[in-house]
Amino acid sequence: MTNISFTVNGQPRTVTVAPWVSLLDALREHLHLTGTKKGCDHGQCGACTVLCEDKRILSCLTLAVMKNGRSITTIEGIADGEKLHPLQQAFIDHDAFQCGYCTPGQLCSAIGMLHEGKARTREEVKELMSGNLCRCGANVGIIDAIMQVKETYSHE
Amino acid sequence: MNNFTYTTAGSITAALQHTKRHPQAMYIAGGTNLLDLWKYNLLHPQTLVDLNGVPGYHTIEAKEGGGLQLGALVTNAATAYHPLIEQRYPLLSKAILAGASAQIRNMATNGGNLLQRTRCYYYYDGDVPCNKREPGTGCSAIKGYNRIHAILGASEHCIAVFPSDMCVALAALEAVVQITGQQGKRSIPFADFHRLPGNAPEKDNALQAGDIITSIDLPAKEFAHHYSYLKLRDRHSYAFALVSVATALELEGNEIKEARIALGGVAHKPWRIPEAEQLLQGKPATAESFAQAADKLLEGAQGYPHNQFKIELAKKAIIRNGLMALHPETQLPGAQPSA
Amino acid sequence: MKTTPAVGTPLSRIEGKQKVTGTARYAADYNVPGLLHGYVVNSPITKGRIVQVDTIPALAVEGVVEVLTHKNRPGLAWFDLQYTDMDAPPGTVFKPLHNADILYNGQPVALVVATSFETARYAATLIRFVWEEEPFDTCLQNHPEKARPAKKGFATALRPPPPKPTGNFEAAFANAAFTVDADYRHSTEHHNPIELFATTTIYEGNGKLTIYDKTQGTINNQLFVANVFGLHYKNVQVLAPFVGGAFGSGLRPQYQLFLCVMAALHLKRNVRVVLDRKQMFSLGHRPQSLQNLRFGADATGKLTAMSHLAVSETSQFEDYTEQVVAWSHKLYPAPNTLFDFKVVPLHLNTPIDMRAPGGCTGMHAIECAMDELAYRIGIDPLQLRLLNYSETDPSTGKPFTSKALKTCYLRAATQFDWFKRDGRPGVTTRGNKLVGYGMATGIWDAYQFPARVEAIITAEGKLVVHNATTDIGTGTLTVMTQIAADAMGLPVAAVTFEYGDSKKPFSMFQGGSAITASTGSAIMVTAEVLKKKLLKKAQSIPNSPLKNAGMEEVIFTNGTIRLRQTPRQAVSFKQIIAANNGKPIKTTRMGMPHAIKLRKYTKATHSACFVEVEVDKDLKTITVTRAITAVAAGKIINPKTARSQISGSMVWGISKALHEETILDEHLGKYINTNLGEYHIPVHADINTLEVIFAEEEDTLINELGSKGVGEIGLVAMPAAIANAVFHATGKRVNKLPIHFDELL
Repeated sequence: MTNISFTVNGQPRTVTVAPWVSLLDALREHLHLTGTKKGCDHGQCGACTVLCEDKRILSCLTLAVMKNGRSITTIEGIADGEKLHPLQQAFIDHDAFQCGYCTPGQLCSAIGMLHEGKARTREEVKELMSGNLCRCGANVGIIDAIMQVKETYSHE
Repeated sequence: MNNFTYTTAGSITAALQHTKRHPQAMYIAGGTNLLDLWKYNLLHPQTLVDLNGVPGYHTIEAKEGGGLQLGALVTNAATAYHPLIEQRYPLLSKAILAGASAQIRNMATNGGNLLQRTRCYYYYDGDVPCNKREPGTGCSAIKGYNRIHAILGASEHCIAVFPSDMCVALAALEAVVQITGQQGKRSIPFADFHRLPGNAPEKDNALQAGDIITSIDLPAKEFAHHYSYLKLRDRHSYAFALVSVATALELEGNEIKEARIALGGVAHKPWRIPEAEQLLQGKPATAESFAQAADKLLEGAQGYPHNQFKIELAKKAIIRNGLMALHPETQLPGAQPSA
Repeated sequence: MKTTPAVGTPLSRIEGKQKVTGTARYAADYNVPGLLHGYVVNSPITKGRIVQVDTIPALAVEGVVEVLTHKNRPGLAWFDLQYTDMDAPPGTVFKPLHNADILYNGQPVALVVATSFETARYAATLIRFVWEEEPFDTCLQNHPEKARPAKKGFATALRPPPPKPTGNFEAAFANAAFTVDADYRHSTEHHNPIELFATTTIYEGNGKLTIYDKTQGTINNQLFVANVFGLHYKNVQVLAPFVGGAFGSGLRPQYQLFLCVMAALHLKRNVRVVLDRKQMFSLGHRPQSLQNLRFGADATGKLTAMSHLAVSETSQFEDYTEQVVAWSHKLYPAPNTLFDFKVVPLHLNTPIDMRAPGGCTGMHAIECAMDELAYRIGIDPLQLRLLNYSETDPSTGKPFTSKALKTCYLRAATQFDWFKRDGRPGVTTRGNKLVGYGMATGIWDAYQFPARVEAIITAEGKLVVHNATTDIGTGTLTVMTQIAADAMGLPVAAVTFEYGDSKKPFSMFQGGSAITASTGSAIMVTAEVLKKKLLKKAQSIPNSPLKNAGMEEVIFTNGTIRLRQTPRQAVSFKQIIAANNGKPIKTTRMGMPHAIKLRKYTKATHSACFVEVEVDKDLKTITVTRAITAVAAGKIINPKTARSQISGSMVWGISKALHEETILDEHLGKYINTNLGEYHIPVHADINTLEVIFAEEEDTLINELGSKGVGEIGLVAMPAAIANAVFHATGKRVNKLPIHFDELL
């Protein structure tokens, strides 16, 4: 077992896990942050997307021990207290989900993408969001929501 | 998905010492394919040696006399978006961005990209015969469903293809792989790095036990003006190539001075035939010229029941991508065919 | 002050905030004390038996608590009937770990239970089996002689056998001026909701279980668990407050529920079992199918003969059937018809309903055949549909409760600019792309199931409504809240809909696009009774202004009962409850389909879909650049969630037409692309403009709401419209789904 100290949603956290525990399972089972979802456990659906120092990564394809000392943001850390992140509100307004299971991953991925600042057009947004599958077919709502927020999102 | 121990290496020397003492140890960097395969119970590392903390391999540096050195631990995303790559080697940037997803590109490293295993269905199913996974058990793909398989350079033992997009561009650009191993440093030209299956399909490349890729070096020739990466697949993004083409041209007017063409999704390694490129020298950059090169590139191509189409598709893709390379600005996100 | 009606407004999902903040909890999200983790082991062989199983190496791993196989499983219910569920096809239900027999590849054969997920997963690889393999057949095409009519049973009530022939098809077809004779082939598909199937069982003691399960039917699974494990049904509570998609895969109790409950009872511990993605391909599927269609028309384009024959796969142990062939005759009035549907039992798991089961299979073939026929005749494909339009159901002669299909055709065609297209195939281009326009019709039955609803007016004068249904992402919570708010004259904020719990009053599983009509109508019925109760109580208040008022003389608005004529004369719900000594007033009622009245009608939703595709001139890659679906489904309760249902189904249509298929290796007898990397569903880059139109359709007959379901109709027309557009772009008909772009080379 290994002690890991890292920052999760702005809070210092320590967990004791076996080396073979994925970051995803550490978040869900050890820190009880179940907002991050397991959809395939093999990097093929994007449901487990979290931010590691503002970069979107797949928490299923990395080990918790490899994130010692790093800063992780999960869906639980996106809103500012009760105040939703503009993208969260845009997802609600555009009905950008149905079952809601891929939603945490879509949101973390979209926030990571806006931070990257590489997507200019709708086509580029779609391409750069294609690592996040939505089986309900809420694709149009998701991209509409992102495009709306992208307009107001200044490159910081 | 066996249990393993985990250790971090502070230097290449320390990492090499570790694997010398523990031959069952494996290096981990991005981990995106290694952990995927481990979870399918296909890789069984006893120890993972984390290379991410090894200093000195996290940057992209200009080399004296031209060329770039891509640190093995730089992520695929950081490489694709690096100003030196975007401006000087845009073909490489396009190819990287055609692969995987943004999240995976943020994790996967340059060194690891070269070491991906095939995506053959049968390799990924531990319960069925596969010579690549268990030598001598047979190839399920030859008599099975082989839509995604090789048309070039395959053997009776294996028809798997190598899945990387980045490597198709690296092959076209004639990159050189820098390696440090138990016997010291050496370099391998890209064309010799990956191998054909022959009768040892379990071996994907020229690495020996314990070897560490430290960098991938790009030669001075950049092909910054006429290039294109085209990727054809069963959906418009986040899928492996059925056929992909990296084309780089140096033009004088409409005359081709130098050409590079590499194919992905068709063989056990990025497929490049220098003779095909020589055919283009001094020729006009037209569909007819590219068709001639395509015929040369595809010489000896052999299809299987479900992938016969790849031969014709590859030819058409080579022609189209040659024309697309003349107008790189028309390329679409996801390396789709031009509008 | 009048309450603004909630029905018909695009209210955002009530649970939206939970879904965007990660606080919505799904079946695997309950971290309970002392939780054990189960990991399933599946058969790598297709047919045969387990000769030996050695669990000792697995049990030796630290943290492993138990390994259950057919050898050591606890004693269980004996009779097949006890394993049956509301959606079980005729036959013998598969019973996990029942004996050594292997009936299909991927069949569960063991459960490892350990203190951590990782330990269970690792130990699962250490169990040593010795298998005895037998020859198998998983190929639908190989044995046409094995095709036979399907057995009938309880669950076939919603899947009648193929209609009887009418007239003389062969003669009429032989004499037809124009004919089409075409074969269609569909691949296997798996539902693949992004949520992995999971069950968390909390062992409460005293024979009681609380179960968080991924399901479309809380009561279905509650009764299953009670029957199989010999528990009183009142001691089994199945909860599914959030379901991460299901699309039919949750209509029957799945094996992770069975194994999880078995382990919890056996160990008297809390247990969770989560399947992995590969195991998601062992839960049942949309079956492979082969269809032959022969349509004939007279010189004017009127259909004279229609034959539709379909063969589909089923398992060795159950006869799964779908309504594939009956649809054409619910649309087109051909006097001579021939329909048949047969099954071929293979060594595969039993298929299970998947979004628009049968409908999207049959209608793809029907609407492609219609397109082909239109080209034979030389008329516009839409014109052919209009020529053969029927206001009544041609198969029975009965009228529809409502049918605004013509409005769908015309509104969608106009918005699409259909009439401006050049009908000739392969001539319209845009840069490097061939452009194609195609259209197709959709039809789906409008079902209603019995449902029971409890409605309560609380001390605060608010309304709480209870029903056991789930909300699998369809918007049920929001829609029911809107219906209940209007029914009781309350603002939406004063209404709580509680659901996803088997302890709530009865609901069938959430399938067949039926829940809005079922639970929604039950709410309407219950609210009527509750309103009478409230009025009666209001009248008992001393000096009540409502004293002698009848129901027709009052209105319920904004939490008060007012006299229609003199609205200032009013009693609030709060006052009524106060007069009831602060005790809530409640009632429970059953909503039932109006079976007798509706026997004289056919009940269906309709749609028209128009699609534009671009096909690359050289490389033949296909893009659906624009699609419009117009839907006639009665009253639309919530245009926002209903729109999402339709556009989501349209994405499914793109997927079915161009992407998704489970590849079956017939030599190995197994599926080989059992992951989301190789089982292709569309990514964002595949989806372009999708437009939805709801045609006005007033239906006073269908149910109390005048509403029909929208969960499936959006998928029915889309695959054919895409295939027809691909034909129009390229001149090439590919009658096999999915269409691989290289087939156009």
